[in-house]
Amino acid sequence: MKVRLTCTVNREPVDVLADDYKTLLEVLREDLQLTGTKHGCELGECGACAVLVDGTPVLSCLVLAVESQGRQIMTVEGLAADGRLHPLQECFANLGAAQCGYCTPGILITAKALLDADPNPSRERICEALSGNLCRCTGYLQIVEAVEAALRLGAAVDRRNPPLAQGKPGMNQ
Amino acid sequence: MKTTRVIGQPRRRVDGRAKVTGQTRFADDIILPRMLHCRLLRSTQPHARIVGINTSKAMKVDGVHLVLTGESFPIPYGILPVSHDEHALCRDKVRFVGDPVAAVIACDEATADVAVNLIDVSYEPLRTFAGPADSLAHDEPRIHDYGDHGNVHKAVALQFGDVDAALAAADHVFDDVFFFEGNTHLPLEQHASVALQDPDGKLVIYSSTQTPHYLHRALAKSLAMPAAHIRVIATPNGGGFGGKSDPFNHELVVAKAALLLDRPVKICLNREEVFYCHRGRHPVTMRFRTGVTKDGKFTGLDLQTLLDGGAYGSYGVASTFYTGALQTVTYDIPRYRFRGCRVFTNKPPCGPKRGHGTPQSRFGQEVQLDKIAEHLQRDPAELRLGMIAPADTLTANYLRVATIGLAECLHKVVDRSNWKEKFRKLPLGRGVGLACSSYLSGAGLPINWNDLPHSGVQLKLDRSGGVTVFCGATEIGQGSDDVLVGIVAEILGVDPFDVRAVTGDTDLTPVDLGSYSSRVTLMMGNAAVQAAERAREIVADPVAARLGIPADRLVFADRRVFDGEHPDRGVTFQEAVCIAEACVGTIGTTGSYTPPKSAARFKGGGVGPSPTYSYTAAVVEVDVDPDTGWVTVPRVWIAHDIGRALNPTLVRGQVEGSVYMGLGEALMEEQAFRRLPARLSGALVHKFPSMLEYKSPTSLDMPEIVTDLIEHPDPRGPFGAKEVGQGPLLPIMPAVANAVYDAVGVRVDSIPVTPEKILRALQARAAGKPARSGPASFPDIAWPAPLLVTPPHEGGDGRASNEPERRSRRKAEAGIGAAAGVNS
Repeated sequence: MKVRLTCTVNREPVDVLADDYKTLLEVLREDLQLTGTKHGCELGECGACAVLVDGTPVLSCLVLAVESQGRQIMTVEGLAADGRLHPLQECFANLGAAQCGYCTPGILITAKALLDADPNPSRERICEALSGNLCRCTGYLQIVEAVEAALRLGAAVDRRNPPLAQGKPGMNQ
Repeated sequence: MKTTRVIGQPRRRVDGRAKVTGQTRFADDIILPRMLHCRLLRSTQPHARIVGINTSKAMKVDGVHLVLTGESFPIPYGILPVSHDEHALCRDKVRFVGDPVAAVIACDEATADVAVNLIDVSYEPLRTFAGPADSLAHDEPRIHDYGDHGNVHKAVALQFGDVDAALAAADHVFDDVFFFEGNTHLPLEQHASVALQDPDGKLVIYSSTQTPHYLHRALAKSLAMPAAHIRVIATPNGGGFGGKSDPFNHELVVAKAALLLDRPVKICLNREEVFYCHRGRHPVTMRFRTGVTKDGKFTGLDLQTLLDGGAYGSYGVASTFYTGALQTVTYDIPRYRFRGCRVFTNKPPCGPKRGHGTPQSRFGQEVQLDKIAEHLQRDPAELRLGMIAPADTLTANYLRVATIGLAECLHKVVDRSNWKEKFRKLPLGRGVGLACSSYLSGAGLPINWNDLPHSGVQLKLDRSGGVTVFCGATEIGQGSDDVLVGIVAEILGVDPFDVRAVTGDTDLTPVDLGSYSSRVTLMMGNAAVQAAERAREIVADPVAARLGIPADRLVFADRRVFDGEHPDRGVTFQEAVCIAEACVGTIGTTGSYTPPKSAARFKGGGVGPSPTYSYTAAVVEVDVDPDTGWVTVPRVWIAHDIGRALNPTLVRGQVEGSVYMGLGEALMEEQAFRRLPARLSGALVHKFPSMLEYKSPTSLDMPEIVTDLIEHPDPRGPFGAKEVGQGPLLPIMPAVANAVYDAVGVRVDSIPVTPEKILRALQARAAGKPARSGPASFPDIAWPAPLLVTPPHEGGDGRASNEPERRSRRKAEAGIGAAAGVNS
């Protein structure tokens, strides 16, 4: 059965009819063709499918699309704004934080959530925040350094791309 | 080193923006109008004859367009010409749990899934072979009707000089047995493919493959189509590591389905299927008998390896030779005997994973050297420094050592880690271990023996000042597009972002054999240098004439072509191209690379040769909890002889990524199987086919890594570059085991080094038994008589003295001539 889903994706209103059994990941990729969000397991193990729901990182393979009714969703496609890359994206590209690039969207999203919540995280805090996102290429160090470099570039106070307003309770904390 | 503006500079990779914006289009990101979806039915039996397949219920499901079985795939294929033993769907029997039996193509994945489960397959179970012991003990039933005999796929024996005499003359002979458990690539991207017919009716397949050229060949053969009517487009791989280098069942199935239905057909494997596709690290048992003099020189080495190959050939014959190939390019071993045996078992096929066949025996050799050093009361670093293979020589097994920076690597990690203050001096529970390694910069022989170039590059310069470079090489994350573009930009004096790379497309790009054996930077790079230098020459003459100066005074840099003696006199690069085009017409060039011929002229000599080898040394520091055996790794120092780093940002990523993957193999990763109880079929199933339970290191597990690059340009590589994607992985596993010994005094001669094994060894020591965990003995194997090859330094000519005339067998032998295992 199809259900109607209205929500906000990357600051734009979305109104879509999708199969009721579909996960948020599937609706994003298949119905909205936002294929920037990846999947590595579809069981909540790898972190590749992370998106922000009302500002909180969520594994979109574990969320039914219908649960996102009325919420604000951000995917990797929404990170850049005003024609410019987010500082995290600049630093990831410049500093070797993306090799094959498959885990990158999920890690960028997770890192953004961290910086939105904690404007000055320690290295330990960054490693901890990213520990649910598997990467098989880099060995993680260049990723962590790119997050730190983005901090220095002002990622945490990025005015072009402020944290999303906190939405309904329940899916946040 | 010559001044360069692009080469050697840390840069953003050319595909960096695409990757951070989510715009890199992986195979599963391709969504086409009218596209259908495919799911495979996989065998639930480890070894059985297929008695019947009933697809009638599946065909009746609404939304099902096609059901395929093995009947549609009569022609076998495989990566090596000597083992074309796979059918896209099994025809008469299944050989492992997960072997594809049938396929459903439907309107969506969910429908295909429903229908696949309605297919009835009746099986007649056969005896199953869970490991090499089973396969060596029982010849019948045979898993395959080819191979050496029974369930032995391949047994090889090579002898270079009188090894028995060398061991008899040694002051000490060390005899050690080791085991290296299999592990898998675990790329984040699951394998995916989309096939379709283009408007002209030709087959197009987009696929997450590291080897589009070999997939192209397999499709042409197995589907009996002219290769010219097939276009393979390798999408950027979301990690490969060797796991996407075989032609795969699912690729052939969607290709066939797209032809039959004339609609695009997609498949994306789920994670469990990726574990069962495997083609990863072979489990290897090995025995090293090593003779050394009292002052620590090798007199000879007698190595035996036994590989658990799984259910199909894959790259296995090459993998077998690789377990014995590279010892001699690392250390000076004057006499050498290698015997290797690969058996078939009823488990997912093993194949090439990063380091392909060499990490297992590298582990054994480096741990044994640690034991030898202790016995001789020598520092392990000093001992190794005295045995390093000499530069510019032929080894006993006819491999050409070119440049070798291993001594410098060793000195570097010893200094950086403060080794001399730490080794055997740290408190109980903390230790340091050291190991070395070497790796190919590309397999010297192609998989399909021929005289064609291994890599081709085409270049187009146009009036816009833009440059397009075409090459069949495949971007799997390692940065091959960036290497290609960087080289062209350097030589033509433009910015890397002025150059467009078109890669991995068999319609548009000249053949490059693929992203395996660490071959791309060297081989594609040399072809790119040639193409770009030819283009520069075409542009230079007319521009020099216009400026009235000799062409050799021209400099191409900063998007200009100018007089090196008067830099203000010149034209823009775009103007230069226009001047040249007006003079000579449309500008296009090509470049090719073929590796030098190997000196080996004996059968089996095709595995191991490379234009040049990289070298690595590493020191790993560990903390071991003596009560639990738990190991943590706070620091790793690693030095890599790379010749020249083309883009140091990417090189560092390859080194750190190798250390990471090496630590996973050393400490936790296991592609291990268990038998279901008899009442549940007794099948051999993966112990933990999920990313949660197949443990791999996370960001919290990573140590501090101190990386040093040793840069002495090798004239054989582009701008002096050698490989970096695989070599730095190799020393990590033995260095961890050696560090654990330094920390708690027990030997774990088996990978992975788990807390359980450490505790077992500690308990053994407490009970007065040898402080060791590892295999007790090496099985008895009926080895063939070895081919006898006199080493070069004893006057040999590269031929085996007891080998029959090989001319007629030339073709068969060629099939073992190369191999894989890949970075990123």
